[in-house]
Order: sequence, then structure tokens, then C-alpha cells
Amino acid sequence: MQATLSMALTNSHEQTETQADEARQLGFWFYLMSDGVIFALLFATYAAMSHSFAGGPSGKELFDIRYTLAETALLLTSSLTCGLATLAALQQRRNQAVVWLLMTLVLGLSFVALELSEFGDMIGQGAGPERSGYLSAFFTLVGTHGLHVSLGMVWLLVMVAQLLRKGTRFQVLSRLQRWALFWHFLDIVWVGIFSVVYLPGVLP
Amino acid sequence: MSEITQHQSSSVRSYLVGFGLALLLTAIPFVVVLFTSLTKPLTLSVIAVAAVIQILVHLRYFLHLNFSPSNRWFLVTIAFTTVILVIMVGGSIWIIIDLNRHMMPMP
Repeated sequence: MQATLSMALTNSHEQTETQADEARQLGFWFYLMSDGVIFALLFATYAAMSHSFAGGPSGKELFDIRYTLAETALLLTSSLTCGLATLAALQQRRNQAVVWLLMTLVLGLSFVALELSEFGDMIGQGAGPERSGYLSAFFTLVGTHGLHVSLGMVWLLVMVAQLLRKGTRFQVLSRLQRWALFWHFLDIVWVGIFSVVYLPGVLP
Repeated sequence: MSEITQHQSSSVRSYLVGFGLALLLTAIPFVVVLFTSLTKPLTLSVIAVAAVIQILVHLRYFLHLNFSPSNRWFLVTIAFTTVILVIMVGGSIWIIIDLNRHMMPMP
């Protein structure tokens, strides 16, 4: 990734820029790792609470695996369009990059909309976060991920605006790569969520 | 320029390969859960193995993490984070399960 970006630059001033970019990339990676720790502890909390139903409903009664399948497909496809957006931007194809970004936005919005309707259904059945320790842990873990996706879409819109106003200059490409890291990272967390929460949750 | 173009066409391929593998590794656990009746421990093992491989696929094909020297610090930090995660998550779950057993109501 960095190698590709640095290939676009040749003179020494720009090489200094490249080094600063590598430092930012690594710093952002540190942030992602610490965010990973937050999610891991939410997973641990969920595991610890996985039988604390307090007489309330369990995942088996609440989860509709079709929702999960659709959410997984949306987020995975958005990871692909996100990657294609960064590639198009690196190739200086600004408009193409913007189109891929907007497709990512549509997929992300659909994901959050599905998740909210799922949460709404559960709360409507009296299975909100206050019902049991299990549901508190569920809403905290899945909700934190949904919040990250929502903030990722705000960042995405900022990147679209910067691409349109400033074009594919080096700093914009550098920020776009960090946004892409963030977006791919959220897809990895989602793999954990459907593997730890939803799939085991619907088993008999 | 030709070098850049070549690098990037291989990157498109990298994203597509990653996407295909991720689709497959998502389909396997869903199919096992929805359409087969394996024992629960076996099903959970399939889910866990598919998840771990899928995460590695994402890191390799989407986040472009590999063992090249320029990636060394990324790898060092991810290895360190993994150690921390195993200690904190494993330790927490161990303690809670133990606590649960000791807090069982007396017969």
C-alpha cells in the first residue's frame, strides 16, 4: 500500500512527505490495535454474560439469521468497493474513486439500517438492553460496532468532499488509505460478531 | 508508469481473490449452521476455524499485511496486541467461569 503511494513521488521533498505518511499510517495502526482491544473486551463481556438471561429471551428466540446473512454480505461487499475506491484514487481516477466511495456509503447505510431495524424489533418485543445482562452485553458489543460503521461513513463523506475539492493530491490519498484501513478493520470485527454472537446464538 | 499499473492491476486481483475467499469462508459456517446437523462442538469448531482463516484473509488481501521488511512494525504491534488479547479475553472468561462455579447455589 505505502509502496504504491510512494511510487507516485520522486523528488526529495516528496520523500520527506512519504516518511511522514508512513509515520501517520503506523500511528493510525496503533489506534486500530487499541480499538481492537476495546472490542475484544466487549467480546469477553459478552461471553461472560452469555447465559445471564434473567428469565428473558435468548439469542435463539431473538436472532433472525437472514438479517445476519444480509448484513454480512453488505459489509463484505463494502470492503471490496472500499478497496477499489482507494485503487482508483491511487491511479488518479478521481471520479471513479468517488463512485466507489458512494457505493460503499450505500452499502454501509443499508447495513446500519438493517441493524437498526433488528434492534427495533428486539426492543419492540421487550428485549431491549435493560432486559438482562445478556442483552446489555449484546447491545453494547453490536451497537459499538454499528457506531463505528456510522462514524466511518461520516469520515467517508469527508473523503468524498476532499477528493472533489482538492483532487487526488498526496495528502488526500494518504488520508483515504487510513480511512480504508479503518473500514476493513470494521469488517474484521464483524467476522468476530457473526462467529461469536449470531451463529452460536441460533444453535439448538 | 508501467510498473505502477502492473502493481495496481495485481491489487485489483488481490481484492477480488480476498473477496472470493471471504465469501467462501462466510458461506461455510452459515451452511453448516443452517443446513446440517453436526454435533454442537463440531459446529462451533467449524465456525471458529472459518473465522480465524477469514480474519487472516482480510489482513492479507484487504489490509495488505505481509512479511515484507517495511511491514515489520505493523506485524510487531499486531503480534503484541494478540498476546494482550489472549491474556485479557482468555483470563476474563476463565475467571468468570470459575466464579460462576463457586457461586452455584447450595443444594
